[in-house]
Amino acid sequence: MLIKAPAPRDVRPSEITPETVYRSRRRFMAQALAGGAGIAAGSALALPSSWLEGRELAPAAAIGEETTPERLATEYNNFYEFGTDKDDPVSHAHEMSIDPWTVEVSGEVARPGKVGIEDLLAGIDLEERIYRLRCVEAWSMVIPWIGFPMKKLIERFEPTANAKYVEFQTLYRPDEMRGQRGFFTSIDFPYVEGLRLDEAYHPLAIFAVGMYGKLLPNQNGAPLRIVVPWKYGFKSIKSIVSIRLTEREPRTTWNVSAPHEYGFYANVNPMVDHPRWSQATERRLPSSLFSPNRIDTRMFNGYDEVASLYSGMDLRLLY
Amino acid sequence: MPRFLAKVTVFALLALPLAWLASNIAREVAAPGSALGAEPGEAVVHELGTWGLRTLLVTLLISSVARVARKPRLIQFRRMAGLWAFAYVVLHFTAYLGLLAGFHLDTILGDFIKRPYITMGLAAVLMLIPLAITSTRGWQRRLGRRWRQLHRLVYPAALAAWIHLLWLSKVSYLDAVIYGTLLAVLFGERIVDAVRRSRRRPAAARASGA
Repeated sequence: MLIKAPAPRDVRPSEITPETVYRSRRRFMAQALAGGAGIAAGSALALPSSWLEGRELAPAAAIGEETTPERLATEYNNFYEFGTDKDDPVSHAHEMSIDPWTVEVSGEVARPGKVGIEDLLAGIDLEERIYRLRCVEAWSMVIPWIGFPMKKLIERFEPTANAKYVEFQTLYRPDEMRGQRGFFTSIDFPYVEGLRLDEAYHPLAIFAVGMYGKLLPNQNGAPLRIVVPWKYGFKSIKSIVSIRLTEREPRTTWNVSAPHEYGFYANVNPMVDHPRWSQATERRLPSSLFSPNRIDTRMFNGYDEVASLYSGMDLRLLY
Repeated sequence: MPRFLAKVTVFALLALPLAWLASNIAREVAAPGSALGAEPGEAVVHELGTWGLRTLLVTLLISSVARVARKPRLIQFRRMAGLWAFAYVVLHFTAYLGLLAGFHLDTILGDFIKRPYITMGLAAVLMLIPLAITSTRGWQRRLGRRWRQLHRLVYPAALAAWIHLLWLSKVSYLDAVIYGTLLAVLFGERIVDAVRRSRRRPAAARASGA
């Protein structure tokens, strides 16, 4: 990836860590290591709010598109575990406790186990990635994530030769997640998503722990989520408690709920319409009252480098 | 309450959601992003549609309550409620055409043909138009018995509006269930009423209709 300095008018300074801060972080790291402190892989199982401080953060490549205001990206969310309205997650996600947080890694791996989040992330280098996020509902945002390639973490558990897919699961805790208590919803919880292993190993696919220079807010999937920018947003599952390597294609939540509307692959594709609306264009948020700010949707959300993953597949059938 | 005052009160109540929305639109125009969320156009369309369906249900409710509670004078408010329902529905439709489709003819025609929930919404709008036009006393007199027959169009219109809501619901069917239950109760009351009347009346009178 090309590393370019973002043009100041494209990205607000508050949204991107300035170079001077990277430099000072690097200095801090060097000093900390020299002092023998290192990154404490302590016994705590949650990410303390200070966890990001003093961490070296590889800067993001600018993409030449305006970053969505942080307030919008953290207050306009789909996270049905907290309700189906866009402002439900920001109102109710604080009811979810993320301390402690344990992730179970299981299935086709040589080293399965339950790992506390801080141990899970110990020694992993973080990067900032500015990605377009295209929701299947035909709106989109541009978000600066903090995370790391998925491959780095999955490989630690040594997937076996049988591992063809990776299945993720969101926390299921109805007493803290009011959306999971609802009657008239067509989807089943816990939320399940999955990728083919080669998709998960693509360098663009990341685990995210932060956004806008901070740890993830609960409504955006704290403390650990995935971001797969060439797929519709619902694939990027939040608040992950289980990572399971499997031989068979996982039964993913939306696909099970409405198979003719949501495929397993769910690659962004302007040529394949959702049965109830067109996917040819998208509303880049924020839109204004008199202009939906409609732009053309691009194949794979503009991430053409993933095309080779799907060579020989009919993406009209495997939508 | 004097009749005039009662009408003004009901009028004001039915206008309240529109006034509220107008004030939000004014705030949004003054400071974008301040009053209507991330997708203000969508919010306006949604709000107007919701109130269109609600006032339509209120209109149907007036007749039912008048019958069940034996308060026939309530009927005097029905035309006003019906016209408000029509106003919300037309504003909803216009807001969709402008704020969501940008008056883009291809998009609009495509939606009418390819999106069943929009087709259903359009059907509801079209059915309500003749009812609004013939809502005056003059038309009522001119059409005589046929006026009643024509105005039964409100039932398929309400049903189409409800299906429009059901089909656009993505995951939560709570709204659709609530409005559907209300609609079922209102339809049920009419069926019970019709059956009761036909039993009471001799066969000869029944043949003359309605």
